[in-house]
Amino acid sequence: MALIARIALALLAVVPAGAGGEERFITVASTTSTEQSGLFRHLLPLFERKTGIRVHVVALGTGQALDLARRGDADVVLVHAPALEEKFVAEGWGARRHAVMYNDFVVIGPRSDPARVAGTRDAAEAFRRIRAARAAFVSRADRSGTHLKELEIWRDAGIEIATEKGPWYRETGSGMGPALNTASAMNAYLLADRGTWLAFRNRGELAVLVEGDPRLFNPYGVILVNPARHPHVKKEWGQRFIDWIVSAEGQAAIAAYRVGGEQLFFPGAGR
Amino acid sequence: MTAIADALREAAALVAGADPALAAIVALSLQVSLAAVGVATAVALPLGALLAVGRFPGRRALVVLVNAFMGLPPVVVGLLVYLLLSRAGPLGELGLLFTPGAMVIAQTLLVLPIVAALCRQAVEDAWREYEEQLRSLGASGARAALTLVWDIRFSLVTAVLAGLGRALSEVGAVIIVGGNIEGVTRVMTTAIALETSKGDLALALALGFILIALVTLFNAAAQLVKEAAERRYG
Amino acid sequence: MADDGRILPLELRGVSFAAGGRTILAGISARIEAGPATIILGANGAGKSVLMRLMHGLLAPSGGEISWNGRDGAAARRHQAMVFQRPVLLRRSALHNVTYALALAGVPAAEREALALEALREVGLAGVARRPARVLSGGEQQRLALARAWALHPEVLFLDEPTANLDPGATREIETVIRAFDAAGTKIIMSTHNLGQARRLGDEVLYLHEGRLVERAPVEEFFRRPRSPEAAAFLRGELPWL
Repeated sequence: MALIARIALALLAVVPAGAGGEERFITVASTTSTEQSGLFRHLLPLFERKTGIRVHVVALGTGQALDLARRGDADVVLVHAPALEEKFVAEGWGARRHAVMYNDFVVIGPRSDPARVAGTRDAAEAFRRIRAARAAFVSRADRSGTHLKELEIWRDAGIEIATEKGPWYRETGSGMGPALNTASAMNAYLLADRGTWLAFRNRGELAVLVEGDPRLFNPYGVILVNPARHPHVKKEWGQRFIDWIVSAEGQAAIAAYRVGGEQLFFPGAGR
Repeated sequence: MTAIADALREAAALVAGADPALAAIVALSLQVSLAAVGVATAVALPLGALLAVGRFPGRRALVVLVNAFMGLPPVVVGLLVYLLLSRAGPLGELGLLFTPGAMVIAQTLLVLPIVAALCRQAVEDAWREYEEQLRSLGASGARAALTLVWDIRFSLVTAVLAGLGRALSEVGAVIIVGGNIEGVTRVMTTAIALETSKGDLALALALGFILIALVTLFNAAAQLVKEAAERRYG
Repeated sequence: MADDGRILPLELRGVSFAAGGRTILAGISARIEAGPATIILGANGAGKSVLMRLMHGLLAPSGGEISWNGRDGAAARRHQAMVFQRPVLLRRSALHNVTYALALAGVPAAEREALALEALREVGLAGVARRPARVLSGGEQQRLALARAWALHPEVLFLDEPTANLDPGATREIETVIRAFDAAGTKIIMSTHNLGQARRLGDEVLYLHEGRLVERAPVEEFFRRPRSPEAAAFLRGELPWL
């Protein structure tokens, strides 16, 4: 009996410890693509060692991450959807948007390339060809930064995808990884951020077919959740994180991150 | 088939290598699920016993409800607990969101109906055997219920194991209320979900095998305890 | 507990019991006094078990009245004990099965073990006091049930076919204990199929036929000269040489 009581106490110690009494930490809402690229695992220990502040990253789609911040469940957001970020700040949920880094999107597709897009550097043109060929295309359809960029390109291509989609257009409502898994299994085209693609291990027949279009520029921003709207936000520590990540040290750490020898993210602070 | 064979090999290598990150994930899974099962059982056993033995208005409706909630979708429970614990919600002040504590709460809610319903069934069956004698001796509703629960304690182990299995294997609730934060709220199932979405299927499968092995170990241990007890107490 | 206020005589007035649309007992009226060991006899389905459970308060009558010297059923039950055809024992030691009953009866904790051991000695089970009750033989388990009842010093002891599942040796042991209860002044109310047992242990017989109390007589008179045709037929069927 006494033994059972002791074990029970040890197990229940999980609960109060979890309430985050003693530990110094901030909650950062970010995107699945950023986390899955492995950047945080490389970056955050540097910040933590320097300041003693731990960073808890909750990774969701961009839309969800911003919603989370609106509800006050995060201290900082780090996402890649400039239009949504501006709106977030304009509505008063965020203090200020700081540019952090950028990389690019790439159009991924099967090596067999039924829509013949390989070689063009025009993403909109590539999308037009995919639509014309009714080639299988996987869309994340989850209000993520990637999804929003995809919709932008359809618009640029003069295609109203909401009405013009057909069975060839597969909306998975999922993160980048699962969407890539689906595309790999279906030999479909999709738009992906380079970071997730480089870290993705289940490529099957897929390869990068279109890159380099300025449209495919993918900037990341970081925003402190407005303490005026959510007084409990850890504004001091959150601001220190932002200050660090845009500082020379933080920017250098971002540039130093490689996967398979390739750089995933490029310093973009101050742009 | 080779994918499975690879995964088995990778699982063995992971376990042998005693990777500290893996150990932390396994430890957290056990802590959260065992704590949830502990709390749930403490509430569910008396509840199930009273439902079996008691006669009060609304009892039948409650029995149906408890049975139905055995099948609560974990993701729905996760969502409800998230809305409760969110800063925008009623219990936001507690700051429990994205902590292991929130995961324990969510899993407790999932496990409770399972243990209660199975306990109710076991006690009801036992009550048929014991009722007349206990009433003859003067044991009232609550007293009788407790006596029964203690007397059939070893068959209740099965109910608790069912709850533990459910807790260890669910992902929908803990991923929403825990946030799958690396080093803080990442457990086996959320790690498997993450590795799957990253396309690292071999690692995901390997973790899955480790999880299954763990659950099997628990069941084996419980079976041995049951058999030893049956030999001793008859 | 014994002289706390007598619960006998037991008065049954027009007692009936129906369940599932069927009438199991009808119009049972009798006055059961302290003293003689009362045997309830009847064919299967005559209502013996139901009648005993009604008297003990485990079932509520559908009609009529059951009165224990003016006391209400729950209070009266504290001065009764019942032993069933199959002994129901807890997964504990023999000793703790008895102390459990004493605890329910409100006996202070300090006294329970001594009283329990005394009861076990009375039935000859002192040697297995610490053994788990459920590993005992059928006869020992039934004796344990009787020890449990003995420790409570009831005014009335109900026994529902207590030796139906036991071999002759165990049956003899049980009958010895029942005689000890009788000698100590406990009122015995017992149902049985074993007519030899009825003659050995009983002083009077209540004969039930299809839910009605058809005959009541001292035991020898019942067996030698049954007055009702139903009882006569029953005895002929059971003892064709009579």
